[in-house]
Amino acid sequence: MTRFAATFAKPRPALVTFITAGDGDTAANLDALVAGGADVIELGMPFTDPMADGPAIQAANLRSLAKGTTTADTFAMAAAFRKRHPDTPLVLMGYANPMTIRGADWFAAECAKAGVDGVICVDIPSEEDAEIGPALRAAGVDLIRLATPTTDAARLPDVLNGAGGFLYYVSVAGITGLQQAAQASIEDAVARLKAATDLPVAVGFGVRTPEQAAQIAKVADGVVVGSAFIDIIAEHGDAAAPHVEAFTRTLADAIHGAKEIAA
Amino acid sequence: MTDLPNSFRTGPDERGHFGQFGGRYVAETLMPLILDLERHYRAAQADPAFKAEFDYLLKHYVGRPSPLWFAERLTDHLGGAKIYLKREDLNHTGAHKINNCIGQILLAKRMGKTKIIAETGAGQHGVATATVAALFGLPCTIFMGAVDVARQQPNVFRMKLLGAEVVAVESGAKTLKDAMNEALRHWVANVHDTFYIIGTVAGPHPYPELVRDFQSVIGDEAKAQILEAEGRLPDMLIAPVGGGSNAIGLFHPFLDDESVEIVGVEAAGEGLDGKHAASLAGGRPGILHGNKTYLLQDEDGQITEAHSISAGLDYPGIGPEHSWLHEIGRVRYEPVTDAEALASFQKLTKLEGIIPALESAHAIAAAERIAPTLGKDKVMIVNCSGRGDKDIFTVADALGVEL
Repeated sequence: MTRFAATFAKPRPALVTFITAGDGDTAANLDALVAGGADVIELGMPFTDPMADGPAIQAANLRSLAKGTTTADTFAMAAAFRKRHPDTPLVLMGYANPMTIRGADWFAAECAKAGVDGVICVDIPSEEDAEIGPALRAAGVDLIRLATPTTDAARLPDVLNGAGGFLYYVSVAGITGLQQAAQASIEDAVARLKAATDLPVAVGFGVRTPEQAAQIAKVADGVVVGSAFIDIIAEHGDAAAPHVEAFTRTLADAIHGAKEIAA
Repeated sequence: MTDLPNSFRTGPDERGHFGQFGGRYVAETLMPLILDLERHYRAAQADPAFKAEFDYLLKHYVGRPSPLWFAERLTDHLGGAKIYLKREDLNHTGAHKINNCIGQILLAKRMGKTKIIAETGAGQHGVATATVAALFGLPCTIFMGAVDVARQQPNVFRMKLLGAEVVAVESGAKTLKDAMNEALRHWVANVHDTFYIIGTVAGPHPYPELVRDFQSVIGDEAKAQILEAEGRLPDMLIAPVGGGSNAIGLFHPFLDDESVEIVGVEAAGEGLDGKHAASLAGGRPGILHGNKTYLLQDEDGQITEAHSISAGLDYPGIGPEHSWLHEIGRVRYEPVTDAEALASFQKLTKLEGIIPALESAHAIAAAERIAPTLGKDKVMIVNCSGRGDKDIFTVADALGVEL
């Protein structure tokens, strides 16, 4: 059983968390996320031009790059995480250029070597799958696809073709960390997606509080929180880990118990 | 040579690729809109009324056809090939940019979009976009790097006079590439009612194709004009290349004319060993802003800052069709430095009474280099893509003149 399958087989919704590699003390923050109860970790690969991200994650990318974070550093953080946490699924999230510049085969092999379970590439839609999909699948790394409010029924099969791990539902047409989607629209979308795939569905973009997360967790298999962690790291710098852990715990408690309260 | 196509004018393929370049590297949120745009563009191409309205506006609003001027004094001075200037500087708003904006706002209208956005570097595309938005009565937001806002105040004021909102982009390096990032971020959150008028032959398919098609009026006119003036095709075309829309507009109608040598001019800034904006000479293929193309980047694929004295060439990428034409060898790309462009800016002004844009001055500099090596029986067309009024402050500053 893959780490994703084992995680989503648990009888409770999953907390999926995002931080940017090289922003603050990444190793300590990753440990804090696991200690606080995060089920899946997304580690952002910094990029100079994060077009799909809002101000918080843009700034995190630039802070990381200003400290000199390289792709090799990101893989080293991932490999070290895997040694410390053998069971927690780890996803690399980022943009096409850093992932493909040395060739998709190189990238996929490095992912496999570092114990990365899945990859989210923001700017490779299913139309351009050949750029990275075949290499990842051949290396046994799941390509996690995004579905959005603009993904219509005609496109959905293409989006799902070749997708693995879980399906990430981007609940707002926009960039990370800003608006929050209406609960009703999320419920409709998740129902539509679950009718089309057996993959677990995690919902993200604009989720910042335990209350929001709990609402979404009633209908989804997972809830993704990113910018709120980035804000904590921006505020506390290298000493953010205890704050990250405490916030993770409030989210995890809200999400893990959401379906019991609903029942 | 066997893998060369029968025609250089059939691209892109149905997936928007020119060889390995181009494509649609956008977030899933934008993908359905990109596909929708392509459907509407195909319908517009098949609709004679669309072309009729485009042609009407180019003639009566933009002032086309632009003249093809025989630069006799420059020719005599250089002592080689006859130099003709395609006078895009005489268009309404002072550059070729308006051709594309007219085409795209007609598409926006056709798609029922009610808001217009655009990115701009020096402000020329921003002014052209704000102009057509005013003409069609649509609200318009222009994204411009905060650094560019500070150094291009006259154009910022022009855009505001035209009714546009100008957003100073504070992210990244606060220049053109960051303005494009911010325009994409705004678009992704407003796809339902907003049309993004991209200013050059870059971005996700079908933008590189449709911008090229709208700009091809330059080459179509130039071909008819040179046949009338000389009774034959030119021996050479020269145009400046940033993103490359004026260049592809001039080149595309000539790509299958084997006898025509074609030269694109990249901005070499302080020189290829220093800070520059020559993506082909100093970059390698990568993915940015929706397409695969040559980019200035480091070994990790992080995009590096471009530099050119010409704000319109100050971009770390190039249109994907140029990357393809470079790789297959149909077009030769040559670098020209800030210093060379600055000298040619002054020379053309004094010899012909034409103040070229700094972008265009790069092409003039290449012509100065090449024309003397060709016989007097040779003919070249140089794209004077814009007028230089916007650049007088930059030039004065570079020459140490206080205004």
